[in-house]
Amino acid sequence: MSALDLFWLVVALPFAGAALNGLFLPNRKSLVTAVALGAPGLSLPTALAALWQYGHGIAPAPFEQILWTWNAGELVIPVAFLLDPLSAVMVTVVTVVGFLIHVYAVGYMAGHRGYQRFFAYMNLFMGAMLLLVLGNNFLVTFVGWEGVGLCSYLLIGFYYEEEFPPYAGRKAFIVNRVGDFAFLVGMFALASRYGTLEYRTLFAAVAADPAGAVAPYLLGLSFAGFVALCLFVGAMGKSAQIPLYVWLPDAMAGPTPVSALIHAATMVTAGVYMVVRANVLYQLSPGVALFVAGVGAATALFAATIGLAQDDIKKVLAYSTVSQLGYMFVGAGVGAYTAAIFHLGTHAFFKALLFLGAGSVIHALSGEQDIRKMGGLAKVLPATYGTFLVATVAIAGIPPLAGFFSKDEILAGAFAGGHYVLWGIGLLTAGLTACYMWRLLTLVFWGEFRGTAEARAHAHESPRVMTVPLLLLAVGAVTAGWIGIPSGMTFGKDLNWLHHWLAPVVRPLGGGEAPGLSHGVEWVLIVASVAVAVLGILVARSLWGRRGVAADDAVAARLPGVQRTLANKYWVDELYDATVVRGTWGLAALLHRFDARIIDGLLVNGTRHLTVGIALLSGFFDKYVVDGLVNLVGWLSQTGSRALRRAQTGLVQQYALVLAAGVVALVGLYIVLH
Amino acid sequence: MEIAVFILFALVAVISAIAVITHPNPVYSTLSLIVTLFATAVLFVLLGAPFLAALQILLYAGAILVLFLFVIMLLNLRRQRSTSPRGRGQVTVAALGAVLFFATLAASLLATGRPEPGALAPVSLHQLSRALFSHYLLPFQIIGLLLLVAVIAATVLARRAPAPEEER
Amino acid sequence: MTVPVAWYLVLAALLFAIGAFGALFRRNGITVFLSIELMLNAANLTLVAYSREIAELSARITGQMVVFFALAVAAAEAAVGLALFIAIFRQRETIDLNRLNLMRW
Repeated sequence: MSALDLFWLVVALPFAGAALNGLFLPNRKSLVTAVALGAPGLSLPTALAALWQYGHGIAPAPFEQILWTWNAGELVIPVAFLLDPLSAVMVTVVTVVGFLIHVYAVGYMAGHRGYQRFFAYMNLFMGAMLLLVLGNNFLVTFVGWEGVGLCSYLLIGFYYEEEFPPYAGRKAFIVNRVGDFAFLVGMFALASRYGTLEYRTLFAAVAADPAGAVAPYLLGLSFAGFVALCLFVGAMGKSAQIPLYVWLPDAMAGPTPVSALIHAATMVTAGVYMVVRANVLYQLSPGVALFVAGVGAATALFAATIGLAQDDIKKVLAYSTVSQLGYMFVGAGVGAYTAAIFHLGTHAFFKALLFLGAGSVIHALSGEQDIRKMGGLAKVLPATYGTFLVATVAIAGIPPLAGFFSKDEILAGAFAGGHYVLWGIGLLTAGLTACYMWRLLTLVFWGEFRGTAEARAHAHESPRVMTVPLLLLAVGAVTAGWIGIPSGMTFGKDLNWLHHWLAPVVRPLGGGEAPGLSHGVEWVLIVASVAVAVLGILVARSLWGRRGVAADDAVAARLPGVQRTLANKYWVDELYDATVVRGTWGLAALLHRFDARIIDGLLVNGTRHLTVGIALLSGFFDKYVVDGLVNLVGWLSQTGSRALRRAQTGLVQQYALVLAAGVVALVGLYIVLH
Repeated sequence: MEIAVFILFALVAVISAIAVITHPNPVYSTLSLIVTLFATAVLFVLLGAPFLAALQILLYAGAILVLFLFVIMLLNLRRQRSTSPRGRGQVTVAALGAVLFFATLAASLLATGRPEPGALAPVSLHQLSRALFSHYLLPFQIIGLLLLVAVIAATVLARRAPAPEEER
Repeated sequence: MTVPVAWYLVLAALLFAIGAFGALFRRNGITVFLSIELMLNAANLTLVAYSREIAELSARITGQMVVFFALAVAAAEAAVGLALFIAIFRQRETIDLNRLNLMRW
């Protein structure tokens, strides 16, 4: 029995863990923890073993394991898993980072009343996420897609006793729904035209008939373009791009491990995964691909500016996530699919690390999240500080840490494709990223502590169960970039392992290689991006390194409008509230009025009136016609008899006269007839 | 000769009959009827029924109409004020009706053919009585019963009203 | 020359008509009764006249027998009728038929 035969366990184990903790097990901490860690803990080695076998060619590549087939009439949907280069990368990221975060959460959530519930949801999430990345067809992926959306809602609203978390959970779910709708439309289009949703057969069919896919279809787009756009709108929702990003900052209301796992490392990357998976469609519709890259770039810049003015440690990281996701879409949009997945992976490590570090800080300060009340925590939380520093350098894009390689590859891809504007925006954003991250680092860990003395006294480093995952993630943040070193840096030696690994999945249509850059240009770009990052750090040092929090006030004094706009997130939430939310409430109220007035009023009451009217009429009829007839008969009898009895005069002679007349008549008749 | 007798007594009968119905005084009406009955009796004789003629005079005129007179006297009936308050027109109509009635009767009676047997001997008492007590015995007995009933009825009907206590 | 039987019949009819007229149009009860007796008498005359037409003796006897019985019945009827009149008169003090109308509606 090889690991590949047991591949389905990778997905099944987390679900089993969720079921056990959610439905059956008693709330004993040791038992709950064992199951909660055991599920992803066993899932990880199973996946790695399967990957090892796959990588060594023991199984056919790609590997598919079909559990059963659902015959939905004309459409046949297998419930099956696909292990190919792309899903291999995804499953690795999800299981490794996921497991580490689970371990961390054991420490973070210890003592909370909902400990068991938390891990049930976390395991459920893992199962759904693995279903998403390992599904071999759009529908299985979509089931996972919806599943992670559900878990996101459950976990954002985990502290449901408070007022804001449930609202944030609802917001996330509803905004995601908008995207999901477009995803469904895209799926319907694909299923109706190609009769299948399985990735391999579907994309092969599309690639086999590029002319058909490129022919005009709907809304001025080709078929491929239409589907690509629909799928991207779904990705907009799930991966928090403009305009559907608004749920992610509010999602920080959930516990910090949730923010790390779901809203940094895994769930939000599902959109990127999906776009890369369907790269055939994007290759066939360059307009839509460019749109994707444009949206990504705009989002990256937009979110980075906002991050610069936030005072909540988690909010800064949230906007940072949105910004980095934008980067990934830039990569996907310009055709640098490998770069996008590369950045997905490296970002998972350092962003998870940043969030867990933030969690450690929050835990140490007993729930404080405002960076204006922090400072000087480097000495108090050394492990946290150290790993946080590593992550900050990584995200800033300083080589040889992970972030540099992936970010640089995206920028190179944009430049190589001739999208200089996108490259420029990306470069600018890189500088901003370095700047706001350095600001965060400075204000939290350096300088003097600005909180209360009581908080200072309570501050302590987190237990090992929390710091060990931090260290392990830091290792990843440092080394993860080394799987994709561009050939330019290695002076011709091709050490870009990831590029080769993912090649089969992201092959350009029509054969050939993607346009590359000469080594010279590459070096120029490298130097530029590193320089920009360093510049960002220096700016941050001069502003916040010297003056600490006061720098914020100085900037606010100098550029009040800018400061206010950024701090208020460009008032996007307010705009949505005024338009979409109010509009929906208004429509609901209108429909309610319609229901009350017309349905209830007209139809129900109208029916009532009608029925009463008919009953009245019927009663009328009965009373006057039917009874009338009866009364008529009676009246006739009475009147008739009253008339007839006048013949009874009591005068015998009259009777005799009548008799005589009758006799005469009869006799006369007799005579006449004879 | 026979015709003359017939015509004479026929006229008498008719005139007295008219008198019966027209005279306001009931006593005179009764007496007129007696005359009519006498005339009819004569006609009976002409028709060969002498016994019946005798019976008619004895019974009808002699007993029944005398009874009538007794009752009239008993009840002390006066002459009537007028025949009826109905008016002249109605009497004319009634008279016309009577004429019509007569015409109808006459026509019906004369409708059948008339055999002419010629001269016939009158039916004798001997023959009648013989028939009465042989062929017509049953009717005879019944008539007797009838008369008994009539007597009882008349007695009961004509007695004075019973005392008030008994009426309850 | 014998009188044709038809003449007797006509006479009888006439008497009957007269009697009918009186019976129907006189107010006095006694007079009405007398008119009825007149009618009966006319009927007897008819019967006797008819029996004269038939040669057979038994038939003639039959006719006269009927008259005999009719006579008896007339007597009985007269007795009862007069008794009735007496009873009515005691109650109502009148013989006027127009006033004897209790059996009305």
